[in-house]
Amino acid sequence: MNRRPLVLRLLIGFARFWWDFLIGDTPELFVAALTVIGVIALLSEVAGVNVAAIIVLPLLVVASLGISLYRAQRTSR
Amino acid sequence: MFIAASVSSGVVVLVGAVFLTCCVEMVEALTIVFAVGHTRGWRSAFEGVAAALFVLAALVAAFGPALVSIPLNILRLVVGGVLLIFGMQWLRKAILRSSGLKSMHDEDAIYEAKVAELRASGQSQGRDRIAFVMAFKGVFLEGLEVVVAVLTLGTSAHRLGLAASVAGVAIVVVAVTGVVVAKQLSRVPENAMKMSVGILLITYGTFWTGEGLRVRWPGGDTMLFGLIGIYAVVSWLGVSLLRRRQATTSAVAT
Repeated sequence: MNRRPLVLRLLIGFARFWWDFLIGDTPELFVAALTVIGVIALLSEVAGVNVAAIIVLPLLVVASLGISLYRAQRTSR
Repeated sequence: MFIAASVSSGVVVLVGAVFLTCCVEMVEALTIVFAVGHTRGWRSAFEGVAAALFVLAALVAAFGPALVSIPLNILRLVVGGVLLIFGMQWLRKAILRSSGLKSMHDEDAIYEAKVAELRASGQSQGRDRIAFVMAFKGVFLEGLEVVVAVLTLGTSAHRLGLAASVAGVAIVVVAVTGVVVAKQLSRVPENAMKMSVGILLITYGTFWTGEGLRVRWPGGDTMLFGLIGIYAVVSWLGVSLLRRRQATTSAVAT
């Protein structure tokens, strides 16, 4: 029997949902998204190079996906 | 003229993304509801579904207007980041399944496992609490991802009403199709749909992350189609490459 108060259980459930939703078994993708945001913020907001940001953004996303797929392939062996 | 074309291209991608996301999640929810209904009776199963849909609709009604009041740049940056993660997760899973590195999502196997679990829990007198809870949890947990998609996509595009309506239509379409094909949900090309959803979510994630950081996309909303093309080609290449590696590894092993 779970003796935790309802509010606490709801809060834990809410936190667990977002943890599974954003991180789950692919923490590398969470880190990759933060890296993408950081790099594009530097390019666009600080350096003001719009063209570079347009090219680099999808490239970083593709690279992140590639790294995650490579990691999955290696662990499946 | 250009503005009209640009708005309609954004709407087309939004409708596609919301519709496909809802369809995939609702197919998974429907499998659970069918298992509950066939094993323990439909009344409690329908009550569970109705209660879950009510709570999900209340969540959209509660959080939707609150999200709209957030400044657009911040909202698009946060939503873009969430959609990037969500989209990459979906696309990664779909590519791994298509290439054979991960087993396919088998709705028939999930249905049989759920039926066995429900039979093992025994019958109850009067209102069936187990059936209600199972149906509620199935629809609520799968529906929660739909709610996140509807809220993030809808509010960032300033079209929450349209996104919610499309989600409603998708739920009805999947429910009617499910009833017509009578639990043969394994015939639904779920992985192809999942890959399409992944591509659309990554596309929106890329686009809105850029918009949130003041990146000016060439062609405005029409750039969405360019991004869809890039990610579709990358997905195809990813599947081909992994399949080839799988074949090489299997050949070396034998």
